[in-house]
Amino acid sequence: MNTLADQVFLLARRSVVRTIRQPANVVAPLLFPMMLLAVNSGGLNAETRLPGFPTNSFVAFALAVPFIQGALFATMNAGTDLARDIQTGFLSRLSLTPMRGIALLAGQLGGVMALGIVQAAVYLAVGLLVGVRLASGPLGVLVLFAFALLVTLGFGALGAFAALRTGSGEAVQSLFPAFFVFLFLSSMNIPRNLIETTWFRDVATVNPVSYLLECVRSLIITGWDAEALALGFGIATAVAVVSLGLASWALRVRMART
Amino acid sequence: MTDYAIEASDLVRQFKNGPRAVDGIDLGVTAGEIYGFLGPNGAGKSTTVHMLTTLLPPTSGTARVAGYDVVTEGQNVRAAIGAALQEAALDPLLTGREHLRLQASLQALPRANRNERADELIARVGLTHAADRKVRGYSGGMKRRLDLAMALVHRPSVLFLDEPTTGLDIQSRTALWDEVARLAREDGVTVFLTTQYLEEADVLAGRVGIIDHGHIVAEGTTDELKAQVGRPTVEAIPDDPEDTPRLAEIFAGFGDPCGSTKGVAVRLRTGDTDLADVVRALDGAGIAVANLQLHQPTLDDVFLAKTGRSLEGSDEEETELARADLAAEPA
Repeated sequence: MNTLADQVFLLARRSVVRTIRQPANVVAPLLFPMMLLAVNSGGLNAETRLPGFPTNSFVAFALAVPFIQGALFATMNAGTDLARDIQTGFLSRLSLTPMRGIALLAGQLGGVMALGIVQAAVYLAVGLLVGVRLASGPLGVLVLFAFALLVTLGFGALGAFAALRTGSGEAVQSLFPAFFVFLFLSSMNIPRNLIETTWFRDVATVNPVSYLLECVRSLIITGWDAEALALGFGIATAVAVVSLGLASWALRVRMART
Repeated sequence: MTDYAIEASDLVRQFKNGPRAVDGIDLGVTAGEIYGFLGPNGAGKSTTVHMLTTLLPPTSGTARVAGYDVVTEGQNVRAAIGAALQEAALDPLLTGREHLRLQASLQALPRANRNERADELIARVGLTHAADRKVRGYSGGMKRRLDLAMALVHRPSVLFLDEPTTGLDIQSRTALWDEVARLAREDGVTVFLTTQYLEEADVLAGRVGIIDHGHIVAEGTTDELKAQVGRPTVEAIPDDPEDTPRLAEIFAGFGDPCGSTKGVAVRLRTGDTDLADVVRALDGAGIAVANLQLHQPTLDDVFLAKTGRSLEGSDEEETELARADLAAEPA
């Protein structure tokens, strides 16, 4: 008899293999955040001269963005692959095996998280290459990876939920611009306390993405900021718990075998 | 009761705010039998298969597959069955071999046997040459054969095939028929085959159930069903078109006239033993014929008799078979 761990491993391996065989799914999450980092760092470097700006390196400030942006790509990968399984009937085939439903979700997200680790490693390596040093030291690197995985899990599960509810890859992809709006309406490019436009500052303050960014940023720039870490990990955990709950429910409905 | 590999009693599936897709059907399929479930699109064939394979709970009624109740013993049913559903359920990014190995692993075959079983099935369905190619490059027939192989990985005793040859060319279709027939004949697998192709039911199935609007309107062996509606038809085309009225007059003595586009046709009154009498009568009247044919009743005649309309897809089927026949003719 297959154990749940065996089933999760098999399906995670399949998820990784599928991702590798779609180069766009590997290249886009690596390339686009780095391009945005390069453009923003070049264009907004003068921001570092603002009184109260937390660092004199805009790259160090902006390096938090790829970690969150990469997680958004995880939403797409997890969701579109699962939607394809529904559309091709592969999910029905899997439903006819002794596989447990949760293994499908865990396997799919496991594969997405494996890609998330690669992404985080690349973002960090690029940052180190251009001279960014983590104020939190080597332990901060481990915490940064753990945080990136948690955020990837949460967003990936949201993508899985959308796929399981709609059964449509197009519907999953339509989430991407919506999530990007959240990213742009956050403290992505400027610290919240330096935003002068009131409505933008208020939106950035209630936008949970700001706290995800500030958690990463604290590890890079500040060192160990308990409040930023607590808020970041708290929000990421809440997103992961809610999205995993929704995805599990949607999976039960979708795989309603007797 | 327990002699049946598949049995259903008053099985119903009512969709929310929709019609009764399956409206109280009874089934009894014996072990090792190929049962053809014939009907047009939307008749309720796939809904029935989904209920029998535990993918859809029935609204009411009972069904047992391989001795297990589909509602309360779903896991045991799934362990006993294989299914190739309407669309070939494959991942375009995986290779054929990867599909079979994944399926063997998820079906919990012993680790030592998984690769061997995958290779054995790849060879059996004739995909050895393409086993390590991604499925997105497969033809429709190759996908269907791989789909069938995946359904067989865990050696099921009951196999559900939902329109397995729809959209396939005649060669692929024939290859699949051969494999299905072999499974029943040599391995004793019970096959529940849905189809909208008359020829498929005729060639493969021991017994046929005809479903329309969620009801089984006829059931039996193909010969029994044809016999229910069935008197053969004789059709003749005279050498000289001016003989047509005389030909019709003679034919009228053998049965009821029926439509013919080129000549004269009659549905024989007492069976095909009258054919010799027909020939003698034509000879006696000195009418030379260019063509004389005896047509046995078809399952389409049965469908027509039971539902008042012709089976959808039969035109396409006949056209395709006709093309194949033409292609097979020597130049």
